[in-house]
Amino acid sequence: MTTGLFVEQSLNGLQLGVMLFLVTAGLTLVFGIMDFINLAHGSLFMFGAFLAATFVKITGIFWLALILAVLATGLIGFVMEFLVLRRFYHRSHLDQVLLTFGFILVFNDITRIIWGSIPLPMPLPEILSMPVQIMPGVMYPSFRIAILVLGLIVALCLFLIIERTRLGMWIRAGASDRQMTSALGVNVGLVFTLVFAAGAALAALAGIMSGPISAVQIGMGEPILILALVVTVIGGIGSVKGALIAAIMIGMVDTFGRVMFPPAISSILIYLLMVLILAFRPRGLFPANV
Amino acid sequence: MKLTTSAAAIALLFAVTGATADTVKIGFISTMSGPLGGTGNEASDGFKLFLDQNDGKMGGAEVEMHWEDDQAKPDVSRQAADKLISEDVDIFTGIIFSNVLLSSIKPILDSGAFYISNNAAPSQIAGKLCDQNFFAVSHQNDQLYEGLGVYMQEMNFDNVYLMAPNYPAGKDMMAGFKRHFQGKIAGEVYTAFGQLDYSAEIAQVRAAAPSTVVFFYPGGMGINFVKQYQQSGLMGEIPVYTGSHGIDQSILPAVGDAAIGVNSGAIWSEFGDNEANRVFVEGFEKAYGRIPSPYAAMAYDTARVIDAALTEVGGSIEDRDAFRTALETMDFSSIRGNFKFNTNHMPIMDYYMTVVEKDAQGRLVNALKSKVASDLEDGYVSECKISG
Repeated sequence: MTTGLFVEQSLNGLQLGVMLFLVTAGLTLVFGIMDFINLAHGSLFMFGAFLAATFVKITGIFWLALILAVLATGLIGFVMEFLVLRRFYHRSHLDQVLLTFGFILVFNDITRIIWGSIPLPMPLPEILSMPVQIMPGVMYPSFRIAILVLGLIVALCLFLIIERTRLGMWIRAGASDRQMTSALGVNVGLVFTLVFAAGAALAALAGIMSGPISAVQIGMGEPILILALVVTVIGGIGSVKGALIAAIMIGMVDTFGRVMFPPAISSILIYLLMVLILAFRPRGLFPANV
Repeated sequence: MKLTTSAAAIALLFAVTGATADTVKIGFISTMSGPLGGTGNEASDGFKLFLDQNDGKMGGAEVEMHWEDDQAKPDVSRQAADKLISEDVDIFTGIIFSNVLLSSIKPILDSGAFYISNNAAPSQIAGKLCDQNFFAVSHQNDQLYEGLGVYMQEMNFDNVYLMAPNYPAGKDMMAGFKRHFQGKIAGEVYTAFGQLDYSAEIAQVRAAAPSTVVFFYPGGMGINFVKQYQQSGLMGEIPVYTGSHGIDQSILPAVGDAAIGVNSGAIWSEFGDNEANRVFVEGFEKAYGRIPSPYAAMAYDTARVIDAALTEVGGSIEDRDAFRTALETMDFSSIRGNFKFNTNHMPIMDYYMTVVEKDAQGRLVNALKSKVASDLEDGYVSECKISG
């Protein structure tokens, strides 16, 4: 492997990792802070992409469509939480899994009814449509660099909000002792609703950013949900830092595994990694709420 | 008196049954829902179009349609087949996926019904497991890439890089390609089924510097691969080729302008120059507001085959042997051009090359370049012994 190819593949791994982080961030927040398993996270990812594709078609401006679709999916998350999910916080995880699995099926068919079964177009934003030269002989798609930058900004913002703001303090307090936090005058119900809506918005952001490089189609959220669950588990449930590091690890292992090993081995590498990490760190790399 | 009434009633009953003998029951099992549902909807739209254009009749007979959704699941398809067998369906069709077909084909054929395939025709059913009542109007699976191999061999392509998903059809397609292509293979990569990101593989392609890339990525995988290949900047440097159905109208609008310049083999083209094809393409666009994909075209052609064979036998399928002989011997003009059934009931057909361009209305289409192979046979015909 030449230096140029090595740099290119490392960037590919890093970019895949950051993309996975974007998908996982919302999932791990809801999972860790609210102790709620949301399998329909992939559906929110799909809604983000479908809504953005629709808004791009109407407005013709990618970034405007991105903002509108993130807000709209956040609103869908808000309504979901307010009407249904909040009744399930005290139920078993199995009930939550069944409920949100049901949501996946319903959302897939709602999508088919609204948008039809043929995948939607989602063009690259004009200024990011050409590859750029990052070193002699190595061209890299500029949109992937944008994903990289955006993912790192999101990671930084989440870290600052949760660790350095009053809202973040309420969230952490509500997660560790809900009753006590309410007794201190914090509206925990509202905080949780907002966290869920934010998780939905993050899922949408990931879906929108994946739209120009992959297929905007029904069921697009399911394969990505499986990877996001692996990242959540390796990183430690509820930990944003853990999600970022685990996602980049998986991106790297998957990318180099695909290049260096036959498909029979490369397709199981990330699961092997998960098994190994869980064997030595049963709560993941950076467990939250210890 | 009472006896006379009963006798009259019985006579009437028979008269009514006699009249319904000219009804043909067709069972259409296809993938209508789930992530892969687009293909089945295309196929059923194509089939419906023929019925709509012909007052719901085929060969003079009234057609009674039984629609079922297999959700791309073998067990669901099997249940649907059992249900339709109990409803005495005469002709089955519609199944898209080969694994789904293989789960259901035995009970269907055992019931004495015909299966006339609009898509799936795996190697087993073309070779050792061939059956006198199984016909494939569409293609034998490998044929989608065999014609491409013929073309690239004739054009002296060399140093070709192959990419496909790591599952049986992926291996079959590449085997079909290599059956006729003798040039050097620069690399052969099988990726995980359903893979979303191809950046690592595309970087390897750039490093290997082949003359051409041949890929088989159905559905969403094709959208991902072509978009990412174009974004990497390689599209202008290393041209890409795919087999028939490789970049059809079920994914072309979603890929968008990134697909311009993708070369593709084709067993059928929307620009095919014959009257039946014009009736189909214009009718389809008028009815559904989009350009038909090969899935719709093959289902429509399947309906035309059934219609032609029923016409030969006067609209009655009661005499199964006569209907089978009609299918085998009739002179059928396909919307694709030359067509006839081989001894294993797989098609002998022509093969074309197309390239993705924009048409006058700015829509992306697979523009027809040339016919590259005539009377293409499948590779399994010698293994099939149909005992009449």
